[in-house]
Amino acid sequence: MLEINNLHVELEDEDKAILKGLSLKVEAGKVHAIMGPNGSGKSTLSYVLSGRDGYEVTQGTATLDGQDLLDLEPEERAAAGLFQAFQYPVEIPGVGNMTFLRTAVNSQRKARGEPEMSSGDFLKLVRAKAKELNIDADMLKRPVNVGFSGGEKKRNEILQMSVLEPRMCILDETDSGLDVDAMKLVADGVNALRSEGRSFLVITHYQRLLDHIKPDVVHILADGRIVKTGGPELAIEVETNGYADILAEVAA
Amino acid sequence: MTTASAVSPRAARFAARLKDTEAHLSSVTLPASAAWLMRAREAAMERLKGMGMPEKRDEYWRYTDPARFVSSAPTPAEVFVADDEPVMFGGIERLSLVFVDGVFSPEQSDKIEGEGLEIERLSEAGEADIHWAKDLYGTLEAKAQNPVPRPLAALNTATATDGVLIRVTGRVSRPVSLVYLRSDANAEMVLHHVVRVEEGGEVTLLENGPGAARVSTVLEADLADRATLHHVRAMGRDHQRAGCTHIFARQGAESHFRSFTLSVNGAMVRNEMVVWLEGEGGVVHLAGAAMGDGDFHNDDTIFVTHTAPACESRQVYKKVLYHGAVGVFQGKILVEQSAQLTDGYQKSQALLMDESGQFLAKPELEIHADDVKCSHGSTSGELDEDHLFYLRARGVPEDDAKRLLVTAFLGESLDEIEDHDLANDIRLRLAGWLERHGE
Ligand SMILES: Nc1ncnc2c1ncn2[C@@H]1O[C@H](COP(=O)(O)OP(=O)(O)O)[C@@H](O)[C@H]1O
Ligand SMILES: [Mg+2]
Repeated sequence: MLEINNLHVELEDEDKAILKGLSLKVEAGKVHAIMGPNGSGKSTLSYVLSGRDGYEVTQGTATLDGQDLLDLEPEERAAAGLFQAFQYPVEIPGVGNMTFLRTAVNSQRKARGEPEMSSGDFLKLVRAKAKELNIDADMLKRPVNVGFSGGEKKRNEILQMSVLEPRMCILDETDSGLDVDAMKLVADGVNALRSEGRSFLVITHYQRLLDHIKPDVVHILADGRIVKTGGPELAIEVETNGYADILAEVAA
Repeated sequence: MTTASAVSPRAARFAARLKDTEAHLSSVTLPASAAWLMRAREAAMERLKGMGMPEKRDEYWRYTDPARFVSSAPTPAEVFVADDEPVMFGGIERLSLVFVDGVFSPEQSDKIEGEGLEIERLSEAGEADIHWAKDLYGTLEAKAQNPVPRPLAALNTATATDGVLIRVTGRVSRPVSLVYLRSDANAEMVLHHVVRVEEGGEVTLLENGPGAARVSTVLEADLADRATLHHVRAMGRDHQRAGCTHIFARQGAESHFRSFTLSVNGAMVRNEMVVWLEGEGGVVHLAGAAMGDGDFHNDDTIFVTHTAPACESRQVYKKVLYHGAVGVFQGKILVEQSAQLTDGYQKSQALLMDESGQFLAKPELEIHADDVKCSHGSTSGELDEDHLFYLRARGVPEDDAKRLLVTAFLGESLDEIEDHDLANDIRLRLAGWLERHGE
């Protein structure tokens, strides 16, 4: 599904290397988790994959089912099935949540040569998904993320993911700012989407999200590289001992 | 021995201006009118001769060159055929009064009728010396000559060839729709309207269309206590025309006035609005959305005076500028000492779609009362990159994402239109314009 090879990324404005030869392969149907200290490059990785400006890829490749991602516009990546749930979703005054989401759905369908979704079907779909995520009708009516609490913004990201049905989902610290109940809702939302043809890259700081979304593989990212890869037990190790031991072990 | 040489350069310039104005006006003949109207025209002519025509060096014309408004003949402007959109306000049940190249066309207009509504054509205004418009025509314009002269408005009062006198005595359900068509590349339109909304009366006034190669309109609106006037204006899509409009509104207690203007295209447009809140609890909301691409100069110049206490005024002006288009906003809120508990708000914003656009803004507050709430803010900037990326990351193509964000930016000004159907009609025009230009 997602294959990243020896990815080197610098900031465009400053001559600063962030990712320094990152390689990763997420197979179809799998959930991979990435954990790592603050500033290790986790968000940078997800932004580079989704196509945000400001980063320069100096080396390496990233492909989605063989298709070169780095060559595509952000909207083309989305239409190809890539989704990033943002760590800090922006507020967009004046753009209604529903208008935005319907435009997104139909833009993607159009790009894939599929017919538009009727407004009736769309409404039904969103209402059902919103209900599962405990998002009330009022939130749907408001402008995108405006006046949402931190937790509401994260749930809104998952709502978008549920409605857009991407095949490669990147979740960047979706658990931060969520209380236990909200985390459960989000995890249920993600789990409901798990399927053979869909993969997840779950970036998190804490093991607790991984209690709910059971990963197949856990990677430790430090200083722009994957320094260790293992099973779910790796997350537990981080939780109990912190990163220090792992980083020391890698350095040794 | 000192007198002649003591004339200051400033005084000399002013004397020269008055001389030029005299010369400019020497060929002007006042349109034949009823006696009361002729007196108002003559008085306006005298006012004008006392202040002179505007010049680029005037502080009030710092950002907009009045040359195209003062030249003896209009700069020819190609007639633009806009047949790719439904007729403006076409879906709205309205009383249409049509002007072609500045001349009222009874054939194309609806029959004037309506409960609580009296409408008379200016050029056919009755002789009766007790005409209700007698105390209004030119009166609000004259009142607006202080503290800043508005000579083009006085010129309009003196020379307007047509217009309508509208008196509203009840709640009029059907909007009165003034439609300005044009067919001639050289025509000039000089219209002067007077609207008097009597106590408790309510009316919606629509204006649309480019009118002529050069346009001058004055609307004097007098709102009695608890009167309501809704005004929505769409200025047409012609690219080359020039226009200078003035709206003067005097408001009584608990009266409501809402005015919205859509400006797209147009080489040179100046829209002035002067409002006096003279009765306690009056409310005025002025708003505008302007979009220009290239040869576009759009100036909103606003002056709101709070005289009575507990009045509310709001100004929301938004401009979207592409490819060197220029937007101007001069807006003032003056709160007199008597106007305690004033709630004044002003917002002017421009969205610069590339490096070549220009927004020139002069927001002003002058407050002489101590217990007031007033705020103003003026900004200009580009589209927010983070917003754009968020939309694109969800699959919305860049141009569509920009259009969504531009529409959102303008939305706040459209929110000032109370009627949903009218707002939707304006929204349709914005969408159409962005479809054609938003790249
Ligand atoms: N746009 C940016 N401008 C400046 N520094 C940045 C930018 N994006 C990332 N960085 C820097 O790159 C490093 C990695 O950041 P980030 O990817 O956000 O880490 P993480 O998500 O793992 O906490 C940090 O040192 C951060 O300060
Ligand atoms: Mg991060």
